[in-house]
Amino acid sequence: MDYVQTLIMAFISVVLVNNLVLTKFLGICPYLGVSGRLDMAFGMGMAVTFVVTLAGTLTWLIDHLILMNPALEAYGLDVTRYVCFILVIAGAVQLVEMYLRKFFPTLYESFGIFLPLITTNCAILGLCLFLNLWDIHNFAQAVVLSFGAGIGFTIAICIMAGIRENLNMADVPKCLRGAPITLITAGLLTLAFMGFAGMIK
Amino acid sequence: MAEPNQGNLGNTFIAGLWRENPVFRLLLGMCPTLAVTGAVKPALTMSICVMFVLTCSNIVVSLMRNLLKPHLRILMFTLTIATFVTIADLAVKAFAPEMSTTLGPYIPLIIVNCIIIGRAEACASKNNLITSITDALGMSLGFTIALCILASVRELLAAGTIFDIAVMPDKFVPLAAMSMPVGAFITLGLILGLINAITKKRA
Repeated sequence: MDYVQTLIMAFISVVLVNNLVLTKFLGICPYLGVSGRLDMAFGMGMAVTFVVTLAGTLTWLIDHLILMNPALEAYGLDVTRYVCFILVIAGAVQLVEMYLRKFFPTLYESFGIFLPLITTNCAILGLCLFLNLWDIHNFAQAVVLSFGAGIGFTIAICIMAGIRENLNMADVPKCLRGAPITLITAGLLTLAFMGFAGMIK
Repeated sequence: MAEPNQGNLGNTFIAGLWRENPVFRLLLGMCPTLAVTGAVKPALTMSICVMFVLTCSNIVVSLMRNLLKPHLRILMFTLTIATFVTIADLAVKAFAPEMSTTLGPYIPLIIVNCIIIGRAEACASKNNLITSITDALGMSLGFTIALCILASVRELLAAGTIFDIAVMPDKFVPLAAMSMPVGAFITLGLILGLINAITKKRA
């Protein structure tokens, strides 16, 4: 029971308390770029969730089984960590792209340009690095955290898209239209999410 | 993104500073821009790292531009960048360990900084060595200026200091929110608005 509880707490903490977009500034580019329409934002969120779960799990395995393996320590392999991580992410994205094109062509069509763009989404590489930084030594926890990070990203980008759809009808001062008002909205949104900060110690 | 003029190096250099400033004009590299600008020192460290990585990767990409296969292009860019980022990360860890802890994962995250991959794609893979280096220097200088402006505003309001030197009178009450994510987003939003207002008036 204790074990399951730890996993649930880890999930909630990465979705709400340590939301990658709103507290760690990761994945800001798609967050600002693709949040114009709700359906596109949701599609992007789903694609990111899928890739981040895959990439987080794979990089955790590589990190623990190869790079930090005591038997291989003499070779100083952890120097190659970043190169390995980015290769895994690029590979995972490529794999997902090929799989979707073959088996779910309609879904593939709707993701469009977003899929290749995910390679350079900082939320994904960021999460892989955080798994290393937070000292996660448990495989299940690594998977849950990766999945939670994707869900957190989806929630953030969908909230933003919802607000921006309404913002289109608002009378915004001319010089603040577009990016500036989006950034200010994002700022207010992080303020709201700060309310979750005390939830988990 | 306009192509830099082959024959006019000065123009290429200036473009990065204002007309095509990566942060204020092109809205690239937002993650580090927002994350490390809580104070001027980390912002400056970050800028130096970006300058090093951007210049080196532009040099390498420009030299191998004729060997690149279109479908492997992005992968080659990313691997080149990742190598130089590893060098920068190890250097910061060795020479400024406390700065390395402050910046945390944001130095390795330079790998996915869109400015660098964007310049490799838009400039270095199509231009000769000299143009690519000039472009890299101009762009990273523009990035540095943007980061420093944002960081000075935030540090001034959050702690009343710039570069750890107190500049505000004693009665000044620090606005803690400015050092948090809220401050980052709102300050950048208002600066962009200000720039829009200035350029609209001139045009």
